[in-house]
Amino acid sequence: MADGSFAPVIAIAPAPRSALARGFAHFRYVMTSNPVTFIAFVLLTLMVLVALFGPSLVPHDPLASASGKALKPPSLEHWFGTDQLGRDVFSRVVVATRLDLAISISAVAISFVCGAALGAFAGFWGGWFDRLSGRLLDTIMAFPLFVLAMGIVAAAGNTIQNIVIATAVINLPFYARVARAEVSIRRNAAYVQAARLSGNTEGRILIMKILPNTLPPMMVQLSLNMGWAILNAAGLSFIGLGVRPPTAEWGIMVAEGANYIVSGEWWLALFPGAALMLAVFTFNLLGDGLRDLVDPLRRT
Amino acid sequence: MSQLAIILARVGQAIPTLLGIVVVTFLLTRALPGDPAAYFAGASATPESIAEIRAKLGLDRSLPRQFATYLKDLAAGDLGQSISTGQPVAAELLKRLPASLELTLTALLLSVAIAIPLGVLAAVYQDSWIDQLCRFVVTAGVSLPTFFTGLLLVYVFYFLLGIAPAPLGRLDILHVPPPQITGFLILDGLLARQWAVAWSAARQLALPSITLALFTLAPLARMTRAAMLQALASEYLRTARAAGLSRGRVLMVYAFRNALLPVITTLGMVFSFSLGANVLVEKVFAWPGIGSFALEALVVSDYAAVQGFVLSMAVLFVLLNLTVDIVYTLVDPRVKIDG
Repeated sequence: MADGSFAPVIAIAPAPRSALARGFAHFRYVMTSNPVTFIAFVLLTLMVLVALFGPSLVPHDPLASASGKALKPPSLEHWFGTDQLGRDVFSRVVVATRLDLAISISAVAISFVCGAALGAFAGFWGGWFDRLSGRLLDTIMAFPLFVLAMGIVAAAGNTIQNIVIATAVINLPFYARVARAEVSIRRNAAYVQAARLSGNTEGRILIMKILPNTLPPMMVQLSLNMGWAILNAAGLSFIGLGVRPPTAEWGIMVAEGANYIVSGEWWLALFPGAALMLAVFTFNLLGDGLRDLVDPLRRT
Repeated sequence: MSQLAIILARVGQAIPTLLGIVVVTFLLTRALPGDPAAYFAGASATPESIAEIRAKLGLDRSLPRQFATYLKDLAAGDLGQSISTGQPVAAELLKRLPASLELTLTALLLSVAIAIPLGVLAAVYQDSWIDQLCRFVVTAGVSLPTFFTGLLLVYVFYFLLGIAPAPLGRLDILHVPPPQITGFLILDGLLARQWAVAWSAARQLALPSITLALFTLAPLARMTRAAMLQALASEYLRTARAAGLSRGRVLMVYAFRNALLPVITTLGMVFSFSLGANVLVEKVFAWPGIGSFALEALVVSDYAAVQGFVLSMAVLFVLLNLTVDIVYTLVDPRVKIDG
C-alpha cells in the first residue's frame, strides 16, 4: 500500500536540490529580475578581479618614475598618460583598486559587525542600554559626518588604519539603527515565542533565530553604504589624510592631478576620478537593485 | 500643546545633543598625536621649558579638570589659540565663516531651485523623459565625488572654454574687497555700489557653488519625487480631483504642499553632507573658508583650531536642524513632537 500511494507523489515532486543549487537558483532570479542589477554585478566582479590580479598584470611599475616621460598625454604606450614624475597613470589606477576597496570594505565590515551587535542588543533588551546607545548614536549623527571623520583622523593619527576606523565610526549609526529596528519588531514574534517556550536561552534566540532574519535589510544597507564609504575614504585622502605619496590611491591621485588641471593636463585627475566614480556607481546600482528586491515599496 | 510649547520642547531637546558634541570634541583632541607643548616650545626646547608650557596650557592636569576649564572657556566664547596663526581660534573661524556660508548657502539655494521642480515634474510625468532625466541626475549625483566634479568643471570652463576665472579664492586679485557689511562679497559689492567687484565675486562663486549644488541635488530631487508620488497616490488627492478642482490647484496646493514636508526634513541631512563636502570644494577652489583653515590646521596638528572647527561645524549643524524642525512645526499643523 505504501508503494502504491506514495510513488506518484515522489514522481511529481522535483528532485531534492542541494543547498548550493537552491542558492544558485535564487541568485539567478535576483540577477535576471533587473538587468541593471546584473550589470552592476558584472562590474563588481570585474572590480574584484582587478583588485586581486591587477597588480601582477599592469604593464608598468606603478612607482617607477621616469623624468624624461613626465606629463605625457595618453598614448598606446601609456593608455592613461603619465604623471608629473613620469609614472604610468593606467598602472597606478589599476593598482589602486586593491587599496581603495580594502579600505572601504574593511571600514564597512567593521561598522556592519559593530553596528549589528550594538543595534541587536539595544533592540532586544531595550532599557538603559538602548537609551545609552541611542544617545551615543545621536551624538555621532549630530556631527556633519565627513567633518567628524576628519576630526577622528586628526586626533588618532594620520594613518590608513585610522581612515578605516573613522569611516567605520561615521557609518556605524546607520547599521545600528537598521539592526535595532529589525530586531525590536521581531522581539516578540510568534516564532521567537515558540523558541522561548521550547527552552532556548535568550542569547541563543537572538543569535540563532532573530539575527538571521534581519540580514536581508542589513545587506541592502551594506551595499547602499559601500559607495558612500568609498567616497568618504577617497575624500579623506584627497585632503591629505591617511594615504601618503607615492602610494597609488584614487583620492590622492586626483589630489595630485588637481595641480595640473589648470594647465590642461587632464588625464592625471580624470582617470583615477573616473575609476572612483565607477566604483561608487557600481555599489549604488547594486544597492538599489537589492533594495527593490527586498522591499519593493521603497522603490523610487 | 501650543506651537510655542512644541518649539520650546524642541529647543530643549537640542541641549543634550550639544553637550554630547562638546564632550566628543574635547575627547577627540585630547588624543591628538602631537604634543602641543613641545610644538609651542620649539626645536631648542629643554624638558623643563616643555613642562612649563604644559603647565601654562593646563595640559598637566587631570582630564575632568581640563574639561571643566574647557567648558569655562567655551562659555566665554574662547576656543583657544591657533598655533599656526597665533590668533584666537574663534576670531579666525569668524573671519572665515562668511566665505563658507556664502558658498554653502548659494549652493543650497541653487540645488533647491533645481531639485524641487525636477522632482515634482518627474513625479507628475512619471516615466516620461523628465523622469528619466531625474533618475539619471539622482544616480550620477550620488556617485560623483565632489572634488572630482569640481576639477572637471575647472577643466571645462576655465581651461577649455575660458569663461570661468581661475579657481583661486573669492575675488580676482585685481579687485579690492568691498567694505565688510554682511561678509558676503557679492552683497557687500552691491551695497557699496562696486558693480565690478560684485560681478567678479559672483564669477568666482559660480563654479564652487555649482559643484556643491550638484552634490546636494541628488538626495533632494529623489526625496521630492518620492514624496510627490506618494502625495499623488493619496486619497485626499483623489477626493480633490473628484471635487472638480483645477489641475493646477490639485497639484500645487494639495499635492505639492504635502510633499514638501519630507523634503524639508531631507534638507537637514543634505546640509550635513554639504558642510563636509564644503571642505573638499574649498580645497579644490582655494576658497578661503573655514574648511581651508581646518585643513591648514590639520597639517601642523594645530589642535585648538581643529577642535574649534569640528565643534563649530557640529553646532552649526545642530542649530540648522533645529531651525528646520521649527519651520516644520510652523508649516505642518499636524506635527506633534514626541518627547
